[in-house]
Amino acid sequence: MIVANHLTKRYAKTTALDDVTFTIEAGESVALWGENGAGKTTAIRCLLGVQGFEGDLTVNGVSVRKAGKSARAVIGYVPQEAKFYDLSIIETVRFYAKLKRVATTRIMPVLEQVQLTQHQYKRVSMLSGGMKQRLALAIALLADPPILILDEPTANLDVAAQRDFIRTIKILNQAGKTVVFSSHRLDEVLVLASRVLVLAGGKLSFECLPHELTDKLGLHRWLRIWVNPTHHQDMRQALDENGFRYQMNGHSVFVPVAGNEKGVPLWTLQQANIPIEDFDFVSGELLIGQDVNHD
Amino acid sequence: MIDFRNIRIIAGKELRDSLRNRWFIVFTIAFAGLALALSGLSQPSGTQLQLASYNRTAASLVNLVLLFIPLISLTIGATNLAGDREVGTLTYLLAQPVNRVEVLLSKYIGVAGALFTTLTFGFGLAGMVLALQGNIQDAGGYLFTVILAYLLALAMLSLGFLIATFSFRIATALGGALFLWLFLVFIGDLGIMGTVIATQMPVDAIFWVTVLNPLQMFKFSSILTIQANLDVLGPAGLYATSQFGSSLLPLLLVGLLIWIVIPLGFALFLFMRQEKLVYKGVAK
Repeated sequence: MIVANHLTKRYAKTTALDDVTFTIEAGESVALWGENGAGKTTAIRCLLGVQGFEGDLTVNGVSVRKAGKSARAVIGYVPQEAKFYDLSIIETVRFYAKLKRVATTRIMPVLEQVQLTQHQYKRVSMLSGGMKQRLALAIALLADPPILILDEPTANLDVAAQRDFIRTIKILNQAGKTVVFSSHRLDEVLVLASRVLVLAGGKLSFECLPHELTDKLGLHRWLRIWVNPTHHQDMRQALDENGFRYQMNGHSVFVPVAGNEKGVPLWTLQQANIPIEDFDFVSGELLIGQDVNHD
Repeated sequence: MIDFRNIRIIAGKELRDSLRNRWFIVFTIAFAGLALALSGLSQPSGTQLQLASYNRTAASLVNLVLLFIPLISLTIGATNLAGDREVGTLTYLLAQPVNRVEVLLSKYIGVAGALFTTLTFGFGLAGMVLALQGNIQDAGGYLFTVILAYLLALAMLSLGFLIATFSFRIATALGGALFLWLFLVFIGDLGIMGTVIATQMPVDAIFWVTVLNPLQMFKFSSILTIQANLDVLGPAGLYATSQFGSSLLPLLLVGLLIWIVIPLGFALFLFMRQEKLVYKGVAK
């Protein structure tokens, strides 16, 4: 469905994408993973054909370089922060529906799908970030394209909006749409992706399955456990004796856990008869390098 | 491959946006008000006086156009595209099944439509007043002056869009547009006057240097339409009339068309090339 061969993008003296080759099959959900500047957005811009590039790139069998407009016709695109003209939601959707040659009868079902029907007469400038992203998704879905490309779609959303948005994309992927999204949120990748392309410094560093990402990158998921302070000494002793690394933070402790061993610290504490008040998982990359206080 | 349906869709949106733009509304009211005031000032009494009055009104409208139309056309042309680029709406639009030629052309057509609306409104009101006073002796000439104003607006709009292709911020585009307006309206004339005095420039050179300015092309052709000669413009005008005779007006029209096509063509070329360029490390 998407084939990139030796994709390269140079900006003056900077090489944003360096000889990247990959294939994405129909129905896959592929995450482009990488830090800021890794080349994720550049790769997406190339896929959309909105900037020049070296190498070959085909979307649905169409050469992006030769027929960018035709390639874009089979892609629904959701940017990190969609910018719209100062119109109402319904006017905005109508405008893009005309450009995509979509019948007006398609507009209301799509607005319903992203739960914007009741807001259709609101001006876009009055919408929250989450609603704007849903509007961008509505526009992306107008022509019922086989491919969805999303550039860090949840980067500016609150937690609840992130969860809703990811759930919607997951459903669309399960319904058969090919999804390509860039992200540096581990949770998002684990939930949504079937495969991960890891970019670093413009190069395709490696590709892997989502659950392999933490180990391959040396990242951790952190298990946060809340234990009553009266048991902290016993808890630290139990964790020390079983060889766990951990960091204390107030009433809770952060324990790095591998993808297939997430329950082990809990089991260890249970064995030591230490009552657990609560626990949660936190994406490890957010903690790495941060100053987490020790007791 | 250009899809004219896309051009119609985007141009329609641009036209509606421009007509809802508060600065555009203020400009339209100001232009129409001044045009109305100028036409209302003519006081007809007797055929000779009526003719003089019509000529004076038409000449005043020409001066109004020379001042106002370049200002609004340059600024709205420059800020339209640069504004979309700065806000991010352009990037999103280009990610849809459209191409860059369609986007630029449709924006140009949409804004041009809004400018035509303004000019038609202003000239229409002034023409109505003149007609009610029984003061239009040459309705054809008046209409031709309006067409010349359309052409000037398009030429200035092309230059505005050209400025926009170089500008990635509204402030830069606006600054460039205002500088060009000042240059064309004031500094250019002063520069030519200074050069003529300092170098004792021959009259043919004065003419050619003068008509390089599209505003002067409009001025020459408008006065030619109103008065049938360019005596009022001094040696350069006399030279032009004697040298080119009846072919002067077509030549000036071709000149105005060149000022429309060349900057717009250059803007299109640059805009298409920009997907391969980088500005401040970010391709827009």
